[in-house]
Amino acid sequence: MTHAISMVNVIKHYRRGRESVEVLHGVNLEVGEGEFVAIMGPSGSGKSTLLNLIGGLDRPDSGSVSVAGQRIDKLSGGQLTHWRAGHVGFVFQFYNLMPALSAAANIELPLLLLPLSRVQRKAKVAAVLEIVGLSDRAKHKPSELSGGQQQRIAIGRALVSDPPILLCDEPTGDLDRGTATEILDLIQLLSRREKKTVVMVTHDQKAADSASRQLHVDKGQLLDAGIAA
Amino acid sequence: MKYFPLIWAGLTRKKLRTILTLLSVLVAFLLFGLLQGVNAAFSSGVSGAHLDRLIVQGKVSFTDQMPLAYRAQIAAVPGVTAVTYASWFGGYYQDPKNQVFSFPVEPSTYFSMFPELTVPKDQVEALAKTRTGAIIGKKLADQYNWKIGQAIPVKSAIWTKLDGTSDWSFNVVGIFRDLDNPSQEMSLFFNNDYFDEARSFDKGMVGWYTVRIDNPAHGPAVAASIDKLFANSEHETKTVTEKEFTQSFLKQLGDVNFIVTSIIGAVFFALLFLTGNTMMQSVRERIPEFAVLKTIGFSDGGVLAIVLVEGLLLAITGAALGLAGSAAAFPLLESVVGIAHLPVSVIALGLFCAVLLALVTALLPGWRVARLNVVDALAGR
Repeated sequence: MTHAISMVNVIKHYRRGRESVEVLHGVNLEVGEGEFVAIMGPSGSGKSTLLNLIGGLDRPDSGSVSVAGQRIDKLSGGQLTHWRAGHVGFVFQFYNLMPALSAAANIELPLLLLPLSRVQRKAKVAAVLEIVGLSDRAKHKPSELSGGQQQRIAIGRALVSDPPILLCDEPTGDLDRGTATEILDLIQLLSRREKKTVVMVTHDQKAADSASRQLHVDKGQLLDAGIAA
Repeated sequence: MKYFPLIWAGLTRKKLRTILTLLSVLVAFLLFGLLQGVNAAFSSGVSGAHLDRLIVQGKVSFTDQMPLAYRAQIAAVPGVTAVTYASWFGGYYQDPKNQVFSFPVEPSTYFSMFPELTVPKDQVEALAKTRTGAIIGKKLADQYNWKIGQAIPVKSAIWTKLDGTSDWSFNVVGIFRDLDNPSQEMSLFFNNDYFDEARSFDKGMVGWYTVRIDNPAHGPAVAASIDKLFANSEHETKTVTEKEFTQSFLKQLGDVNFIVTSIIGAVFFALLFLTGNTMMQSVRERIPEFAVLKTIGFSDGGVLAIVLVEGLLLAITGAALGLAGSAAAFPLLESVVGIAHLPVSVIALGLFCAVLLALVTALLPGWRVARLNVVDALAGR
């Protein structure tokens, strides 16, 4: 299997005041292309840090991180920003939509960075709205949408520039069970049908059950081997 | 242009705050336009001063009168090619607030000294022949609907007549234009002979002399020669360039430039804090949104540009509306300030100040957003 994500002996410290705390202790991880991996663990275990490193939002202190065939730990801040635009889509627990923009305009945001005409952007947004099942809510503001609908829009925003990797940080953490199931079904669909590699951080065992593989992080270490079979 | 909805969304996120800030900028630039316009109207006399003209005035004070007999002595100074004179009349029409800038002059020499005052030759001759004649500016004529042939009553705040009244009457014999300095067209010139005969005091005295010299480079030497002539006399003189004279004349009304600059400075200083605070607050509230933008690939420079453009839009829109308001008010203030249009230089300066204001107020919050640590911001730290 080709690896979409590969982390080798990754160490990460954070500074808390004068103190330096090691958050990840030599993590090794491989995720295959099109795989749907759930990362579970208690608060403060380092799972969000892991996700940030995969997404190029942060850099390790040592070790290597390769994502979509690129050693991203070697990239500068500006290069990482540029890389993120084309390779990863992010879904957050609290959706993080722009409240003053419509659903369609929120989805369109990543496309503003690409050399596309207005017509091309509109077409892509319409296609994504169709995928997330909210074509009839295109002009609504986030405040006019339910939590589940807002998360669908956030998923649409993560998908619209067609990145190979989707990173989800507690995507169902703010939703009721029924809506959470709908969102997880959608993520599963994207993994299977669109061949997206999905890494999802969650506290919720039911959510983790929808993934093809589950990993557990505790005290900065992957308890499972973290290597795809 | 494709980023405009994003920038607009930032501005309209808190509509009331944006509108109130916009109103503050609007009012500040309305004030700026009005005050700087008035200042420009006053300064136009200074900038239009001719280099080949000197003014001889009383040494102790601008208001000191000098004997008319000085004229022949001044004319004899080497380098002097022409001499004329005038006095401050302190005129007003009906009410002291309706000031009429009136000057008793010698018609035969005064208008040739000031070629920028365009008046038909026959009207100057008519003034010389008509004892109570007056030549008035086009704007003054328009303001009170005065016409050639009409008798006009003008009171003086300084000069009483032999009969004890300060009511003077003039017959309009001509109308002049000054296209370079339209504020001059609020003036009235009348015969010094009539003035000197009719006034109850200071007969045979004049307010100042205007001297034309053969070469502007000779100005300091000629000025020194004139002042030397009257040194240690009862009426010592101080000869200055026309520009210096105009400036000191305007200072009789107060240092307009200083007053205007002080007021505008205070207003802009307050505006700087107000707009800066608004921008800071607006950016602080949107930290998670900017973090998301950076997460999906917006560069540091990109988010900085978004904040700067927001600031520019706010400041330039407010400034443009304020300046448009002051430009609209100028025709209504023509009788007070003497010009009917807000000078283009004031509009340009206003827009420049708006850009400066935007950059100063948006740079700090913009820099903060550009330096934002995405991980910390998304975690709410």
